[in-house]
Amino acid sequence: MQEEIIISGFGGQGALFAGQLLAYAAMDQGYHVTWIPSYGPEMRGGKARCTVVISDEEIGSPLVRRPSSAIVLNIPSMEAFEPAVKPGGVLVVNSSLVPQKSERDDIRVFYLPATDIATELGNVRLANVVCLGALVRATGILPLEAVKQALDKHLPERYRTLLALNNQALDRGAACVR
Amino acid sequence: MAKELIEGNVAIAEAAIRAGLEAFYGYPITPQTEILEHLSWRMPQEGRVFLQAESEIASINMVYGAACAGVRVMTSSSSPGISLMQEGFSYIACSEVPAVVINVMRGGPGLGNVQPSQGDYFQAVKMAGHGDFHMIALAPASVQEAIDLVVLAFDLADRYRTIAMVVADGAIGQMMEPAELPPMRPVRRPEERPTWALTGAKGRKPNIITSLYLSAETLERVNLALQAKLRRIAAQETRWKEYRTEDAELLLVAFGTVGRICQTVVREARALGMRVGLLRPITLWPFPSTRLAALASRGRGILVVEMNAGQMVEDVRLAVEGCCPVQSYGRMGGVIPLPDEILPELKNM
Repeated sequence: MQEEIIISGFGGQGALFAGQLLAYAAMDQGYHVTWIPSYGPEMRGGKARCTVVISDEEIGSPLVRRPSSAIVLNIPSMEAFEPAVKPGGVLVVNSSLVPQKSERDDIRVFYLPATDIATELGNVRLANVVCLGALVRATGILPLEAVKQALDKHLPERYRTLLALNNQALDRGAACVR
Repeated sequence: MAKELIEGNVAIAEAAIRAGLEAFYGYPITPQTEILEHLSWRMPQEGRVFLQAESEIASINMVYGAACAGVRVMTSSSSPGISLMQEGFSYIACSEVPAVVINVMRGGPGLGNVQPSQGDYFQAVKMAGHGDFHMIALAPASVQEAIDLVVLAFDLADRYRTIAMVVADGAIGQMMEPAELPPMRPVRRPEERPTWALTGAKGRKPNIITSLYLSAETLERVNLALQAKLRRIAAQETRWKEYRTEDAELLLVAFGTVGRICQTVVREARALGMRVGLLRPITLWPFPSTRLAALASRGRGILVVEMNAGQMVEDVRLAVEGCCPVQSYGRMGGVIPLPDEILPELKNM
């Protein structure tokens, strides 16, 4: 088993954190995992993305051109990664900020108003976690419970007060996948 | 100790602390600044020295001074900063004092960019500075290996009184992987400093550490001794890893990040029925020439993949002495070659 996930958005949308959360959950479940960010002279509002590879054997390349699934949090990410997802793969689209639809019929696409859901939950910054809930449910890479345990175990101390909200965000995202 | 998800740069810094690093001198530069960031609070926490110098030239000369005093010392930088340190490397080599240097390579030449590169291969293995010397050059392909090689770098530097450089790249520095840190070693006490160190000469004859020998005959003797030491290192410390070479008729040779990417290429090629293996040098100097020659003698071709214009390929060609064709595939400027472009190169052989 090997899954490659690209999570992409604006800096500040939490693409990197969502990827780390997934990586922690995979590690805790005993998988090999790599997390690699795009990096450069960038800032809030610039582009931010990471690639997570989860495998039951030692991971060779930590980077892929064609991921098995992707989360796109904004329009430029949709343009870059909607064509890249492997046939049979999963694409999770933050439809609050991405109006266009995928024209592909060889992948499963889930449109979530993630930013609206996050705002409704009380914190706009949860859109990344909403999308992660959907991706985890849609791909079945890991049980959603594993991601919740990883949150509990690895969420930095200063964000502990947001634990319950993050769990709700995961559930709301997962509920969008039917 | 349990594995934790840890970033390459932070892992390198923490591994150095646990290996007994007593003093760090450096200057920030992307993509390795997290090494300094981590050490800037962890070193004082452990009661050790962290100093951000005014430049890379100052950093390496502070390293030289601390090394002369028998202190376990390290600096880190990325490509342009390493170029600035080269005069110091040469002085340290001639003075035969131990030091660890980290190079998290980025795209060049010039100011270049901050993306991963292997463009400093020649610099690390052939032209570390003026004069006749080599540094031990260790190339990690994962966060765990970066940790292990930092610890090894300190041990080899001490054992041979030489510079050991960990040659990583931006991808290793920035990526996170589960890895296990080594246990904390005790820091050397002042009375445990090496006998050659400059420790004040109370009750003993003064030690002299220098790289200045005005007599040609004397300097030649110093050089001969240095060369003998380098031959000993080459004989004892050459390291590499092989993957599926047992029946390989085509061999990939790649190091660091590209080495692990080529592991994926081997799997994909094997799935197509091709008999492909991988040799990944861990020490870039000394280079695993003997083993490479043995593998080449029973294969029908070698493809060397690098994030540069083709530098290590020269050492591969020297090693195999024309006994099989050697091709080169390189990407430059911070572009990382991926399996889907390497596999066709392999098929064309």
